[in-house]
Amino acid sequence: MVPQPATAITQEQSLRRAIPLFDGALATRGYELNAMCFSFNEKANRDAFLADEDAYCARFHLTPEQRKAVAERNVLAMLDAGGNVYYLAKLAGIFGLGVQDLGALQTGMSVDAFKAMLVTWAEKIPHARIPQKENA
Amino acid sequence: MMAKIIGGYFTSHVPGIGGAIMRGDQETPYWKPFFAGFPPIREWLAEARPDVAVVFSNDHGLNFFLDKMPTFAVGAAPSYDNADEGWGLPVYKSFEGHPALSWHLIDSLVRDEFDITTCQKMLVDHAVSIPFELAYPGVESWPLKLIPLAINTVQYPLPSPKRCLALGRAVHRALQSWGGDERILICGTGGLSHQLDGPRAGFMNPDYDMFCLDNLAANPDALTGHTAEQVAELAGTQGVEILNWIAARGAMGDVPLAEVSRNYHIPISNTAAASLLLEPA
Ligand SMILES: [Fe+2]
Repeated sequence: MVPQPATAITQEQSLRRAIPLFDGALATRGYELNAMCFSFNEKANRDAFLADEDAYCARFHLTPEQRKAVAERNVLAMLDAGGNVYYLAKLAGIFGLGVQDLGALQTGMSVDAFKAMLVTWAEKIPHARIPQKENA
Repeated sequence: MMAKIIGGYFTSHVPGIGGAIMRGDQETPYWKPFFAGFPPIREWLAEARPDVAVVFSNDHGLNFFLDKMPTFAVGAAPSYDNADEGWGLPVYKSFEGHPALSWHLIDSLVRDEFDITTCQKMLVDHAVSIPFELAYPGVESWPLKLIPLAINTVQYPLPSPKRCLALGRAVHRALQSWGGDERILICGTGGLSHQLDGPRAGFMNPDYDMFCLDNLAANPDALTGHTAEQVAELAGTQGVEILNWIAARGAMGDVPLAEVSRNYHIPISNTAAASLLLEPA
């Protein structure tokens, strides 16, 4: 049987807003913040951010909403400000934060509780399949 | 001689895998169940000796930014470098490209009415490098050439699962009309279910993953019954990387396939991780 989405909202744009998904509206709102995060692929830029965060954010013309979210290290606010997690992960990397730290920050759990929650998904695996052909 | 599609290799590409390889954590209790999926794949590759890999993956903000975001991009470069992605992975080995076959693919795809973006320069990120670190651990240089195809899984609207399968099938037609004698491996990377962002961070969906794993080989059209948005709801916002698997499955052609190996493990980082190897039956 084909699993169906839980929500009755099927209209694409409503579903994008409901999840929410990174669409044109969010990509427009978050352009400057994501551009700054994209620059963090280069170490010199990561160092420049750490040396003078205000100046670096100003260089990328972060909106006040984006600047506040970054200053407060508030991941959910960064997402609201149009940040995309693939780019935000590079900002998180500057602070030595991984995706489990981000998960904890976004869900209000401790990192240990978040990691423990991830493990519990294994209980929902419907059936353990054995490969049809063993190569070993 | 005719080029031959020898198999399809599918795997998650979670960056944390790169960290585990760097630290040598493959045998630790946390990582062992994931890495256990790869010995059969490595043995099969050693036997099958592919010399070109056609790889469907998505960029994570290394090569493409939001200033220009192609829905489908095809590499046509003589070589492909990896680079610093900003969060501590080593910079991986470069790949040799196959520009002649890339341009043949591009010609054939556009004639087939797929309006792809062509890239004579393209960085490849962990989504390409990690699957080959897993497949060929410790090699000095990659034993095969690369043709990367990037699918936008970042900024909506994304291409639908149906369109991705059709793209893959068009790639298959292109490979069939190529006059070379290459042994071609098709790869799809990413997924399976995971969500990194928002209050639902940490979401997975083993039911949907199993549905994908159970149908990919024999009935890939079953995976095209959802829109990309619905896939995101079912599989998590980054679980839409299954689009790469769907396209890669299409590129294997509508032939009977045998499952050589399959592994599924929860969790690897925030992800329900899987590896799968298919070959023409
Ligand atoms: Fe990914």
